[in-house]
Amino acid sequence: MIAADRAEQRPAQARLLVVDEHGGIEHAARAKLAQFLRPGDLLVANDAATLPASLHGVHARSGRSIELRLAGRESLRVDAATRFTAVLMGEGDWRLDTNARPAPPTVEPGDALAFPGLRARVLRVVAARIVEVDFECAADVLWAALARHGRPVQYAHLREPLALWDVWTPFAGAPLAFEPPSAGFAIDWALLRVLRERGIGFATLTHAAGLSATGDAALDARLPLDEPYRIPASTALAIQRARDSGARVVAVGTTVVRALEHSAAVHGRAVAGEGLATQRIGALTRLRVVDALLSGTHEPGTSHHALLRAFVDERTLARVDDALERHAYRTHEFGDSVLMHRGGRATPLTHSAERQAASA
Amino acid sequence: MTTAYDPHRAHGLRVAVTGATKGLGLALVREWLARGARVAFVARDEALVRVTERSLPGTHGIAADVANKEDIHRIALQVLGTLGGLDVLVNNASSLGPVPLALLADTECEDFERALATNLLGPFRLTRALLGALGASAREGRGAAVLNISSDAAVNAYEGWGAYGASKAALAHMSRIWDAELHGEGVRVMALDPGDMDTELHALAVPDADPATLKRPADAARELVDAVLGALAVREGGSR
Repeated sequence: MIAADRAEQRPAQARLLVVDEHGGIEHAARAKLAQFLRPGDLLVANDAATLPASLHGVHARSGRSIELRLAGRESLRVDAATRFTAVLMGEGDWRLDTNARPAPPTVEPGDALAFPGLRARVLRVVAARIVEVDFECAADVLWAALARHGRPVQYAHLREPLALWDVWTPFAGAPLAFEPPSAGFAIDWALLRVLRERGIGFATLTHAAGLSATGDAALDARLPLDEPYRIPASTALAIQRARDSGARVVAVGTTVVRALEHSAAVHGRAVAGEGLATQRIGALTRLRVVDALLSGTHEPGTSHHALLRAFVDERTLARVDDALERHAYRTHEFGDSVLMHRGGRATPLTHSAERQAASA
Repeated sequence: MTTAYDPHRAHGLRVAVTGATKGLGLALVREWLARGARVAFVARDEALVRVTERSLPGTHGIAADVANKEDIHRIALQVLGTLGGLDVLVNNASSLGPVPLALLADTECEDFERALATNLLGPFRLTRALLGALGASAREGRGAAVLNISSDAAVNAYEGWGAYGASKAALAHMSRIWDAELHGEGVRVMALDPGDMDTELHALAVPDADPATLKRPADAARELVDAVLGALAVREGGSR
C-alpha cells in the first residue's frame, strides 16, 4: 500500500474496498458508500474530537528536552481532566519517525515536567516510557494551555504538520481522543443527509481513542491501552432497533467495535452508559453487536489489523491484504477505506438464532 | 412529548457565548447562569475575561478573538473540554467596522474586513467547529440551537452603517440557509435582533443617544434566552 501523505480527509479519488458476507471483494469509489448500505442499517461512529495531545517541554531533573504525548484517561468526566497516562519521547520532532526517536531520560515518581504555561508531576512510571502524570492545575488552565501550546500527534509520513482542524472529523464533539478516530473522516454532512434520505440510521458514541504507537516495539505490543467510552441512550436504542429488525450495525472505526463489543460482553448487549474497554479484539472474539466495519486500510502486524480477524477468516483477510496491495490502496489516517462485513467464519449465527440461543 | 414551555428548561444546558465581557454578551451569560445553564464565554481581553470569570463563579472564560481564524479551534477545544459538549451557541461578538461610523465611500477596506471577520466569518467558523457537538446533542434528544445576534441594520439601509449592516445582513441570511440545511439534523439556527440597547457598542455608534430611550441589555437577554428555549421546546415536541 501507499502512505497517504496529505492531510486531506475526503479526497475526491478516495476508494472503498468492500468485503461482502461471503468474502467477495469489490472495488468502488468511497463516495458511493451509501450504495453498499440498506434502509434500516445503522452506522455508529465515534464522535470524539482529537486533543492537541503532544506537548514539548523539559524534564526538570535532567534538563533534557522531552515530548509528552497524552495517551489515555481513566474516565470521560469533565472534572477528571488533569490526570493522564502519557508516553515520553526524547529530543526531536515529528519529522523523525517515532521508532527512530532518542529514548527519553529516565524519570521517577515525583519528577517535574515543565511546559509552556504548565507543569506536570509524574505520579507513577507504568513502563519504560509510559508514565502517569497530573498537571496539578485547574481543568480550565489545562485546556487553555493545551489550546495554545499543544499540537495534535504528528506523523512522519505526512508532508506538512497537522493542525487541530486537520484531525477533527466533521462531526467531532467532546475532545477526548488522543489520536483521530480517522475512519470518520469519510463522513461529511452531505453523506449524513444521503443516509437519512435512504432510511439509513446514523448514531454516535464517544470513545477516548488512545495512542497507536509509543516508539517502542515491546510497548506497542501492549496497545491498545484501556479506553473509556460512553454510549448515549439514543444510540443504544437505535442499535437495539436495528438488531430487532434484522438490519445491520455498521461500526465506523475500530474504536466503535471495541466500545460496543465491550458493552455487549459485559451486559449481553450494547447498553447506554460509560465503560472502560479493556479487551483485545481478534480471531477468537465473537462479535455480538457489530455486523460490519468501515475502517481505514490497516497493515498486517498492527492491533487494528488483528481486530479484522473478528470479522473474516485468515484466508479472506489474506485476500483482502493482497487486493489492497495489488490495487495500490492508500493507507494511514488519510488513506482509503474498507467496508468489511462479518462472515466467512464458521457458521455465523443470525441475530434471531443468537437471541434464541441466548434465551434458551 | 414535552411541548409545553418549561421555564426551567435551561437547567444543565451547556451554553457558549461570544463577546461576553460587556453589554449584551455579559447580560446573556448572567441570564443563562440564572436559569441554571453551564456557561463558557469568549472575549478578546484576557484581563477582563478573568475578572468576569471571577465575578460569575462556575463560568469558564476563554480569551480569544473570533475574528482570528487561528483562534477558532482553540475556542472550540476549550468550550467542549470544559463543558463536555454543547447545546447552545450564541454568536454575539460584533464589530461596528469604522468608528466613528462612516459613509461607505469613506470606509477603509480594513475596517469593512474586520466587520466581516467578526460578524460573519467568525460565527461561520465557530459554528462549523462546534457543529459536531451540537449535532450530538440533537441526536441525544437534548435539542441544539445556534443564536446569531442580528440587528435592524441587517434589514434597513441606514446611512453610515454600511460595513456593520452588510455583515449583519449576510449573517442573517447565512442563518436562514443553515437552519434549512440542518433541519434534518435537529439543530436550529436563528438570527434575532435584540433592539437598540444601552451598550458600549451603541455608544460608539451613536454617541449622543439618550440612554433612557434605550433598552436595557438584561431585558434583551431575557427575551433572547426565552426565544432559544422556545425553539428547543418546539424541536423536542417534534412539531416543526
